[in-house]
Amino acid sequence: MEALVAIAIGVLTAAGLYLMLRARTFPVLLGLTLLSYAVNLFLFASGRLVVASAPLTDQGLERYPDPVPQALVLTAIVIGFGMTALLVVVALRALRETGSDHVDGGQR
Amino acid sequence: MLPLLLPLATGSLLLLTSRFAEGVRRAIGFAATLALLPIALLLMSQVADGSHVVYALGEWQPPFGIVLVADRLSALMLLLTAIVALASQVYAGDGQDTAGPQFQALFQFQLLGINGAFLTGDLFNLFVFFEVLLIAFYTLLLHGLGPQRVGAAVHVVVLNLIGSALFLFAVGTLYGVTGTLNLADLARVIPQLDADAAPLARSGALLLLGVFALKAALLPLGFWLPRSYAAAFGATAALFAVLTKVGVYAILRVFPLAFGPEAGELAGVASPWVLPAALATLAFGALGVLAARALREAAGWLVVYSVGTLLVAIGLFSEAGYAAAVYYTAHSTLVSAALFLLADVVARQRRAGGDRLDVVDSMPQAGLLGSLFFVAAVAMAGLPPLTGFVGKIMILDAARDSGLAVVTWSVLLVAALVVIVALARAGSALFWRIADESSAHPVRPRVPLRVLAPIGLLLASVVAMVAWGGSVTAYAWSTAAQLARPSAYVEAVLGTAADDRRSLR
Repeated sequence: MEALVAIAIGVLTAAGLYLMLRARTFPVLLGLTLLSYAVNLFLFASGRLVVASAPLTDQGLERYPDPVPQALVLTAIVIGFGMTALLVVVALRALRETGSDHVDGGQR
Repeated sequence: MLPLLLPLATGSLLLLTSRFAEGVRRAIGFAATLALLPIALLLMSQVADGSHVVYALGEWQPPFGIVLVADRLSALMLLLTAIVALASQVYAGDGQDTAGPQFQALFQFQLLGINGAFLTGDLFNLFVFFEVLLIAFYTLLLHGLGPQRVGAAVHVVVLNLIGSALFLFAVGTLYGVTGTLNLADLARVIPQLDADAAPLARSGALLLLGVFALKAALLPLGFWLPRSYAAAFGATAALFAVLTKVGVYAILRVFPLAFGPEAGELAGVASPWVLPAALATLAFGALGVLAARALREAAGWLVVYSVGTLLVAIGLFSEAGYAAAVYYTAHSTLVSAALFLLADVVARQRRAGGDRLDVVDSMPQAGLLGSLFFVAAVAMAGLPPLTGFVGKIMILDAARDSGLAVVTWSVLLVAALVVIVALARAGSALFWRIADESSAHPVRPRVPLRVLAPIGLLLASVVAMVAWGGSVTAYAWSTAAQLARPSAYVEAVLGTAADDRRSLR
């Protein structure tokens, strides 16, 4: 399972990076979203992956998942969502002000 | 605690009262910002004896809960933020705050983020406060809109979102290796890491350095800064002068503490990187000032230049270097904020020419503004008798014992010369080459006092830093001593958290 999660994070990051290097705001936005998914998975995995266990902890349980990364991921998701929403607004505004969706503005 | 609660409460209140008259909201915002000043001074007096004020949020004991820690460095940064915020708030009160909605509320949230970043003792919490200050930064940058601002904002937002993603990768890596995010606990755990875990922790640490360098606009990650700062309103640009210092502060806080000389395998993980990057930034910033075609642009490049100078001092990773860095931080924050405000006033006064460095027909009160510019330029360029000179001497002195003394000295001195030339050229272009004073132009209004007062306040603090130079340098040295010996910090957070807990008033 570790390998699967690692590959998923890697693919998401690579796809995100590729999209971010495009010159239009919308692909950049999608790329950032993919990158933030990768980050969230990575943070989640930083508390080690545990299979077939209670979600937080249970009495007498030997192996239980670390609750801290779950809290971190939750915070990161919320912040990432807010930031993406802001970027959408800024990008739309830039489209209206400069008449172009190029990241440097002005170009068709 | 109060430095955080006050802006949070005020900001929320200002959101709720958005139907009130602008004067009322301005007064609320002003009162809250003014109140930060005595709070910062009080905190400073509490930590001046070298103690740490620790507050565990929600009574969760470290290392499990999030702590706020104030030491000499944090208190100094809070004080600087309060001074600059007060100046830019008063300046914005002259009409710039009504160019877009909710300026006052955003301003308070910006202060919340900055103060939080200076006080937190937890890596993830630092990320959260970074995001708080960034989201307020984006919106303040967009304040007033216009194609130039929006175009600059797209770059800044995308860059900083990438930075945030990298920050989270770094946090995840460090947590996966050490199992803690509390800075003091990190400092305790990292020396005990075994050889397998060290490379992972090293990559986490270097990622973290990259993120902080992006916030601090260190080369090669600093190209976003001059354009976006020049596009922002004068009042907000002045506040942004503190913002880059948050990145510098984060480097100064995290690396000596968690990756200092006692960190075993990871000791000095940042030292091969910071100094060369800082020297390059310094040289690049100086050239940027020389190439700038407008005063605001020049002020933006001067921020890059001063960040470079500052990180040269930090990059030495020695006690003398830290002392110089602390002093230079205070100096450069105040002076660059003053320069941004001045550039804005100049642009208003010579409406036709804006702040471009060319000849205009006339400019009311050129003498007064010129003298203010002269003071700021002397301080910035590092000519005696003002603070830039003292700061540069401290940095040069600290660099004398390091292996790279020759390179550091020559880059610092040549860059200073370039900046002197650039500022002299800017000053003479702006204030001396005024074509015809007597021609019959419509009389333009004189600059109101509440526009000049903030600049006066900032420059007066710079002068005060020289007048009471002895005690300021002594404070810088004791701060450096605290930074160079992080064991007291660790002890204060982890050891005594249970019994002696004073609230962060």
